[in-house]
Amino acid sequence: MDFNDTIKNLTYNLLKFALCTNFPKDVKDALEKAIEKEDNDITKSQLEAILEDIKLAYETQMPICQDTGVHIFFVKIGSKMKIDLALIDDAIKEGVLEATKKIPLRPNVVHPLTRKNPGTNVGIGMPHIYYEILPQKDYLEITVLPKGAGSENMSVLNMLDPSQGKNGVKKFILEWTAEKAKNVCPPGIVGVGIGGTADVAMKIAKEALLRPIGSRNAEPEIAKLEDEMLDAINSLGIGAMGLGGNTTMLDVHIECASTHTASLPVAINFQCWAARQATGRIYQDGRIEF
Amino acid sequence: MIKRLTTPLDVRDLKVGDIVSITGTIYTARDETHLRLLEESSPVNLEGAVIFHCGPIVRRTDEGWEVVAAGPTTSSRMNSLEPEIIKRFKIRGIIGKGGMDEETLNAMEKYGCVYLAMTGGAALLAVKSIERVEAVYWLDLGMPEAMWVFNVRDFGPMVVAMDTKGRNIYADVDRLVQERLLKIERELNLA
Repeated sequence: MDFNDTIKNLTYNLLKFALCTNFPKDVKDALEKAIEKEDNDITKSQLEAILEDIKLAYETQMPICQDTGVHIFFVKIGSKMKIDLALIDDAIKEGVLEATKKIPLRPNVVHPLTRKNPGTNVGIGMPHIYYEILPQKDYLEITVLPKGAGSENMSVLNMLDPSQGKNGVKKFILEWTAEKAKNVCPPGIVGVGIGGTADVAMKIAKEALLRPIGSRNAEPEIAKLEDEMLDAINSLGIGAMGLGGNTTMLDVHIECASTHTASLPVAINFQCWAARQATGRIYQDGRIEF
Repeated sequence: MIKRLTTPLDVRDLKVGDIVSITGTIYTARDETHLRLLEESSPVNLEGAVIFHCGPIVRRTDEGWEVVAAGPTTSSRMNSLEPEIIKRFKIRGIIGKGGMDEETLNAMEKYGCVYLAMTGGAALLAVKSIERVEAVYWLDLGMPEAMWVFNVRDFGPMVVAMDTKGRNIYADVDRLVQERLLKIERELNLA
């Protein structure tokens, strides 16, 4: 079977779902819950505008936000899936090209120095695709995370000294978020990666953004840290869009990786309220499941 | 209560916390437009104008242009250029998100300009009140960076977040956040 068109069409549909029609339910529920708890009128008005916008996107099938992001893909390949791996990259790029033209999406991808914009959302290393093997599985799973610049630009990596320990990690997360949250289109999600090497820390911080709102790290100590950081951040008073209030972040997700005995990397990757993502699976017989 | 404003704006009576909407003409301007305005001057008279920090999605139709999505972008990226833009082009209003710095606030106070905060990401709410694309300049900068001229009706709601008297919601929130941060750090034994 030739999977080229299947992957291309799935990519197009995932972008359409994520950016326009199928806003993640967990995020919408969390926004609705936040309105009930909020007593600041300005933040309340921002949350109402956000929910109205999500509704309009569903009705008009147009992008929720004009920043349709750059497109990060997480591709998981079942080890029992028979497929020519070489075609995945091109098929995904073709899906991005088509979505950019047809939905349409904003052409965001430019050369970093010349700033030349090919108008296609395809460029050097963009879309970016992470590959992973799933042992014993018989499907190919594709997740798209469209990433807007407002939240991405507030990302940071800090190589702490191990002696700064857990308290140093907490202090860094709190102080950085206190300074930057207003620009990430809050209420959003804080993704934190602790450990690994510099690149690994940022990658797991980004993966943490994919977790559902309310989910907790399997390690109890880290789960506790997630709760503690969420409470502390929402006590700061930053509010939706930084205009003041109790709703600053919908969740804090922390992922860990083992690290060098002399290292303590901490990476923070923010997600705006428009926490758009979509996942689909392709089975051997061409069947698709969302 | 929403204050319904029309362009050119009369801004002296607006104060932080006011909720407003705009009917009239607004001009999109992002990083590249700001740079070119300062290098080459403006293709249109911007005196009394409202600029919108926005890189919209726009598509060509048989009749001209249709705006697909148009929410505000992060205003702080324009911090270093905005005071001169306000002064040179006599801008009366800036629509954006996240607020701007002290020097921009000073220019707003000196030359009479307000900052209007719009809900970031709510790009379709904005589209609802854009009646027409009147013109586009500098399309060579790319769709998001070009200067789009929109005719709008009841565009908003927006919050006056920085006014002509030097008041600034973001600075107030920042002060509160700093106080609370110290308190929380003490409570968590991080101080």
